[in-house]
Amino acid sequence: MSEIREELIPVLGVVTDIRKDTPDVKTFRVVTPEGQKAFKHMPGQCAMLSIPGVGEAMFSITSSPTNEEYMEFSIKKCGCLTDWLHQMEVGQMVTIRGPYGNGFPVETELKGKNLLFIAGGIGLAPLRSVINYCRHYRDQYGDIDIIYGSRSMDDLVDFKEIQEEWCTEDGINVHLTIDRPQEGWDGHVGFVPAYVNELNLSLDKTILICGPPIMIKFTLQNLQALGFERTQVYTTMELRMKCGIGKCGRCNIGSKYVCKDGPVFRFDQLDELPDEY
Amino acid sequence: MLKIAVNEINRLFDAIAAVENLYLPVEKGGEVEFGAYSADAKVRLDALQTVKSAKDMFFPFSENLMKFHVEGKQISVEAAEKVNEEFVVFGVRACDARSFSILDKVFLADPVDTYYAARREHGVVVSMACSRPEETCFCSAFGIDATKPEGDVVTWVADGVLYWEAQTEKGAALTEKVAEVLAESDSAAVEAQQAAVKAIMEKLPLAGLDLSYFTSRPELEIFKRPEWTELSSHCLGCGTCTFVCPTCQCYDVRDFDNGHGIERYRCWDSCMYRDFTMMAHGTNRKTQVERFRQRFMHKLVYNPKNRDGEFGCVGCGRCLKKCPVNMNIVKVAKTLSAGGEQA
Repeated sequence: MSEIREELIPVLGVVTDIRKDTPDVKTFRVVTPEGQKAFKHMPGQCAMLSIPGVGEAMFSITSSPTNEEYMEFSIKKCGCLTDWLHQMEVGQMVTIRGPYGNGFPVETELKGKNLLFIAGGIGLAPLRSVINYCRHYRDQYGDIDIIYGSRSMDDLVDFKEIQEEWCTEDGINVHLTIDRPQEGWDGHVGFVPAYVNELNLSLDKTILICGPPIMIKFTLQNLQALGFERTQVYTTMELRMKCGIGKCGRCNIGSKYVCKDGPVFRFDQLDELPDEY
Repeated sequence: MLKIAVNEINRLFDAIAAVENLYLPVEKGGEVEFGAYSADAKVRLDALQTVKSAKDMFFPFSENLMKFHVEGKQISVEAAEKVNEEFVVFGVRACDARSFSILDKVFLADPVDTYYAARREHGVVVSMACSRPEETCFCSAFGIDATKPEGDVVTWVADGVLYWEAQTEKGAALTEKVAEVLAESDSAAVEAQQAAVKAIMEKLPLAGLDLSYFTSRPELEIFKRPEWTELSSHCLGCGTCTFVCPTCQCYDVRDFDNGHGIERYRCWDSCMYRDFTMMAHGTNRKTQVERFRQRFMHKLVYNPKNRDGEFGCVGCGRCLKKCPVNMNIVKVAKTLSAGGEQA
């Protein structure tokens, strides 16, 4: 029995850096006590983070697999565990296990494609891993377009990296938008679904979308009206998870377990599942 | 085949208990549940069913997974010790015996649940054929033979004699350990009982339950049936059906500070509860209709779709007896099957 991995038993992690991205989002850098990355992962995969006595939950790994030094998690303060995580100081230990989930098909279906990333708010967290992965293997992917919207310019996660790295790179077009006009903001103002209509997008793009359900719903409608097929669009899902290995039953949707069979699905795959996510 | 007289059965239990931990149906506070054998335990082999199913023996109601020690910013993790001694579960009926192989497909599928695996590895199942099935029994709908259950050893009680036959290597090993209290026997009495019980089984009201609708129609078509609303309208969301069910395997994981450290334990949970899928931003199954439908879709549609046609039900009938509003899987199956044919 000893050779079988103990899936539910986490390893230890140490928080080595905390970045306050927005008023309610912080990005935590995590390594093992020995200073290593806890495990290898692919873009879009997740990890279970926990504070003993508070709880354990699934978070997408926002750093790219090409970063071999540490993992990063961009976490919005929105519940019991995330409140606690936001109170942490550098040096705090957490527990971590993973990687879980299928991730985005960067090695197969996305290879060689022109990619369009559409994110809203904290929805950038799982996509940032893919974006930085594709930037690292730049010659294996076509054009990269990024549409990212949030409530205000203060709510854009990873704004520094977006401005200093993504916006300055050839072959990457970044389209930022905020919901309402704001002093100091000379970029686009408006919601993501409407912005998609204004950009003259070519229909050859493969789309990765993540954000609030309402944003995804209306953006998808507009994309389809423009002529995109549901087979061209991928998203990543969020459901309650306790085990992460397809057994505790919480994330079961239809015949799928989102923790194991997902969290990444194409919309034509989601169409085959009951609409209860 | 081996045998021992029922009025000497304590000799068999003592022989097993001398070498292994023995669990069997015992009466406590008027209810029969699997419990540890002792000289003064009120063993109830005559009870057709325990209140909770025998899954408790391999997937306990609650179990500690690990312990944390927290000091300032430092944490250490200590995995809980797993079951490492052999144990015998005696008197498992055919329905519960089948439930183990259904649970195996969940917990032993990659990645393996090591806590469950340890119990399965060390547990020996001694099943017991049914001699008096009840009107709520419908195991035959799932191809289960109540007169010859699965298990490492199968036993029959007929005319005051308990008959014993090993079916696996584990069963043969146990048989060797208790051979001195068992005598050789022919199988005439067992065969006679099997024939008589099979005749009763055929006449049980739910014996002909037809579930083919659930494996022949598309998942979404069944999901969208309007009857779910009426079927679930009286459901209290109490979760009793899930707790007595031999195949319900959903669980919760929680932390508990015991004053000396933090225990992380898991316990049975129920998809019938609102909290089950609750996240910080809300739950994806907001009404009892959705939660009720999830339970039955899982058992009747998703399970067979994922596991070569095997349903997540063994026809034990516990939920038929225990539901406070008299709703159950048979009513769901019959209602949807009937409407489905008309559609």
